[in-house]
Amino acid sequence: MRFIPLTSQDREKALKVIGASSVDELFSDIPEEARLKTPLNLPKPLSEQELIEHFEQLAEMNKPSSASSCFIGAGAYRHFVPSAVDQLLLRSEIFTAYTPYQPEISQGTLMAIFEFQTYTAALLGMDIANASMYDGASALAEAVIMAKRVTGKSRVVVSNLVHPNWRQVVNTYTQHLDVDIATLDCAVAGVTTAEAVSKALTKETSAVVVQYPNFLGHIEDLASIRTACDEAGALLIVAVAEPFALGILNGPGKFGADIVVGEGRSFGGALNFGGPGLGLFATKEKYARQMPGRLIGKTKDVDGTEGFTLTLATREQHIRREKATSNICSNQALCATSAAIHLSLLGKNGLRQTAIRNHSAAKYMADRISAIKGFKLAFGAPFFNEVAIHTPVTPAVVNKRLAQAGIAGGLDLGAFYPSLESAALFCATEVHNKKSIDRLAETLSEFGR
Amino acid sequence: MNFPDKLKYTKDHEWAKLDGDVVVVGISDFAQHELGDIVFVELPAVGKKLAAGDTFGVAESVKTVSDLYSPVAGEVMEINAELETAPEKVNKDCYGAGWMVKIKPANKGDLDSLLSASSYKAVVSAGH
Amino acid sequence: MTSQYRRGMVFNEKEVFGKGSPGRCGVDFSDTGIPEADVSALAPETHLRRELKGFPELSEPEVIRHFTRLSQWNYGVDSNIYPLGSCTMKHNPRVNEAVARMKGFTDIHPFAPESACQGTLKMIHDLGDWLCEITGLDAATLQPAAGAHGEFTGLLMIRAALAKRGDARTKVLLPDSSHGTNPASAVFCGYQAVTIKSGPDGKIDLDELSRLMDNSVAALMVTNPNTLGIFESNIVKAAHIVHERGGFLYCDGANLNALMGRAKLGDMGVDVAHINLHKTFSTPHGGGGPGAGPVCVVKELAPFLPVPVVVEEGGKYRLDADRPETIGKIHGFHGNVGILLRAAAYILSMGADGLKAATETAVINANYVKAKLAGHYHEPTPGKSMHECVFNDKLQNEHGVTTLDIAKGLIDRGYHPPTIYFPLIVRGAIMIEPTETESLETLDAFCDAMIDIAKQAKENPESLKSAPVNTVVRRLDEAWAARNPELKCGICG
Repeated sequence: MRFIPLTSQDREKALKVIGASSVDELFSDIPEEARLKTPLNLPKPLSEQELIEHFEQLAEMNKPSSASSCFIGAGAYRHFVPSAVDQLLLRSEIFTAYTPYQPEISQGTLMAIFEFQTYTAALLGMDIANASMYDGASALAEAVIMAKRVTGKSRVVVSNLVHPNWRQVVNTYTQHLDVDIATLDCAVAGVTTAEAVSKALTKETSAVVVQYPNFLGHIEDLASIRTACDEAGALLIVAVAEPFALGILNGPGKFGADIVVGEGRSFGGALNFGGPGLGLFATKEKYARQMPGRLIGKTKDVDGTEGFTLTLATREQHIRREKATSNICSNQALCATSAAIHLSLLGKNGLRQTAIRNHSAAKYMADRISAIKGFKLAFGAPFFNEVAIHTPVTPAVVNKRLAQAGIAGGLDLGAFYPSLESAALFCATEVHNKKSIDRLAETLSEFGR
Repeated sequence: MNFPDKLKYTKDHEWAKLDGDVVVVGISDFAQHELGDIVFVELPAVGKKLAAGDTFGVAESVKTVSDLYSPVAGEVMEINAELETAPEKVNKDCYGAGWMVKIKPANKGDLDSLLSASSYKAVVSAGH
Repeated sequence: MTSQYRRGMVFNEKEVFGKGSPGRCGVDFSDTGIPEADVSALAPETHLRRELKGFPELSEPEVIRHFTRLSQWNYGVDSNIYPLGSCTMKHNPRVNEAVARMKGFTDIHPFAPESACQGTLKMIHDLGDWLCEITGLDAATLQPAAGAHGEFTGLLMIRAALAKRGDARTKVLLPDSSHGTNPASAVFCGYQAVTIKSGPDGKIDLDELSRLMDNSVAALMVTNPNTLGIFESNIVKAAHIVHERGGFLYCDGANLNALMGRAKLGDMGVDVAHINLHKTFSTPHGGGGPGAGPVCVVKELAPFLPVPVVVEEGGKYRLDADRPETIGKIHGFHGNVGILLRAAAYILSMGADGLKAATETAVINANYVKAKLAGHYHEPTPGKSMHECVFNDKLQNEHGVTTLDIAKGLIDRGYHPPTIYFPLIVRGAIMIEPTETESLETLDAFCDAMIDIAKQAKENPESLKSAPVNTVVRRLDEAWAARNPELKCGICG
């Protein structure tokens, strides 16, 4: 076994030092009835070469679409990640390190995550951000729970233009925590209006949750939603599924959001069938002690040298146990590091340029598709990099035809919104070009005849 | 370890002192030493009503958290707001500048049931 | 003694913000032929961001150099033994990384039709089966992203099963040696966490369990072997007590590395267990994650698994979301699939015999370290250990030296310290888990360093207080960090 250095002689030598006559003796505390008498029934081991062949075969059973022929977004976006990101992640001091509990030998992880916290807070427009949550969905669930902790109120109003999967995760997380979720149906308008929010608010409402840009790609009017929240004394929680939008849009914090969460996979991550994701979590400084998750802070060592350490840990489970702000321990540190590297490569101009290219590609795609007879944009509202489009036949039929052409069509919205049963959510990013979008439009035009 | 004779103590390591109409409360030298560098003190809202033994706040050091228990029943009249920005005062001067709350006692006689300095000292040495 | 540490090149690197020069960029763009859209039409002026204030402007070599330098300030499993108790810092096989990076897996969209992701679905299905076989349980979900996430998922399933029985319960029992995630997860599930005091031998006290286990208790949460590295030899009896009174037995699988091929949790009466793939199944820790915390359960709990569940029908795999009794969705999509791939690769590399050898070697290595350090450090619970052993600083306290000083002394000798000050029931705990991927030579060198520190504690205790001196930074002022939280670089945003 190439991962285990001990030979049979080593075992004998070790047993002698231990003073045990056999390996069995070391396991003698296991009661007889619980001892395993037969070998585990597992596939026979594979050599490294066989293993690679096995997984290559599995990978071939998958039918990934090439970057430029995938038009599904809906919370998981295809972006180009420079080679430098993964090359750096493969530095073993980064990926084989544990949680930085010993700061003197973890300054690399600590500074990288501190940079990630800085980028996250800046993009989301908030005072502070934590070291990451599992994914956007769990970050949102934790935000709802935190809002209850801060306000002492139980009711939360959630726009149904928040990602449907994220809303399901919020329901799962809060089912036994005395949280009453009121879902606001905004699918007909395509945006969450301040009027609808106002109507739904009561004095018992802890928070209002909206997504920005929302699940249909539209930019919510956070300023007026904030005003509505203020009238009822509710917190505003904003979820961001595609943070590249914040390259050209102000962070939700600029509109007074109290907690902003997000999915950071777009920075430095791959689709990977949806995971690992990267949960972003940011809030106002005054709520720092109510926040879930790890935090890295800057300090000095005994010689006065600047350094970083985990801080405000008394909020966390390993110290506060049943009174902790969350049960989270492992987070998505490597993904956070990946995001910090990607954002550093993008920098001020690259991030903005990528955002503009996302919007431009989606705009071009929408113009091309909506020009086809029978295809119509579902809403007139501006969108960032995805857009709902009514199709002349069901989206399922359309996508089947596109799949034959090697194209992954937009997400069928009927499963999520009855009023959009004939619509699909098409996404385009900087990985698309005129040719790939033209080919999509040409294939779709078969339905327009 | 310093346990002034003029103060009363609880087995949870708070001290209490009658000062006119109010009882001043803080944590003992032993408690601040056990906690280590105190980084945050959470105190109640003024006006809060407490029963004896109720939690009135939390003291946090870097790696531990400790609930603070009210030695007497009564109403919180004042809190030491300076601890918000300078929690280290609890370490430096736990019986002076590091005081935490002033409680108007429901019954001044409650103080008599608390531990004297010498009994408290015995509690500390027995538990350690 | 010869230290493994030798002074190297350490660079004085500042945060990335404020570096570089206007106009530099580390990425470039394709000529897409798409006209640039007018961003102003996207939203009212107040919504538009004109500038990413404080963001750096750097070329690729500058970014690579920055993060390479940061990496040099870190210690990883590849640097040396990483003996963190209860963390199972074993070697991370490189083939796992190669497998997880195959484009056929990385480029699959979570909303891709089932016909386009059969390979990934098969992998998830197979891995679930293997984990059930290893734990002796019946059904699995691979959605939870970490151990604590798995605990929460498992407890939600227990709660759902009790609700179905019409049996609302309010408490979860857990030993005082448990991980902090256990009580925190119980509370997130709406339960009150009730602590059971361990017996003097560090094990569950059956009398105490009998006293507390009544019809208000939903579950007993144990870790086995427990966090003292001791096998809970009363586990079968404990399971009996819990089951007899209508509760479930939850096992935190953090220490599964001590059991593979030797015993199955299901055979001990465990109803639910989460498994840390980033511990037992060799996936890298990444500086704190991502991990994966699959949950295996007995048949009675299977209807409550989170949706969707991967099911196989005639060689085809599909996602089943139509499960009326499910606890719901626990992850935005399907969990940390990239991590699942690595664990699947590990199990296929090892096979049944390999996993058993891993467990046996892990236990041998822990007992070897325990034997070598006996007498030099105090053992709060003498006797056999499983995969990890616990000492404390009682002998060193006599010279004013604490566990923290011992840990920092190890750093100066080129070692990552063990887990310290946990479990909480041992004052000044030093919890050592060598894992099976360390050679006896490495263990000898590590033990020599520990013994050398014990000697230094006796002869020159003051000098240990100043450790570490060989690192890029020395002991940090954590009190200052907590009193004046500086959680981001000020120039950005």
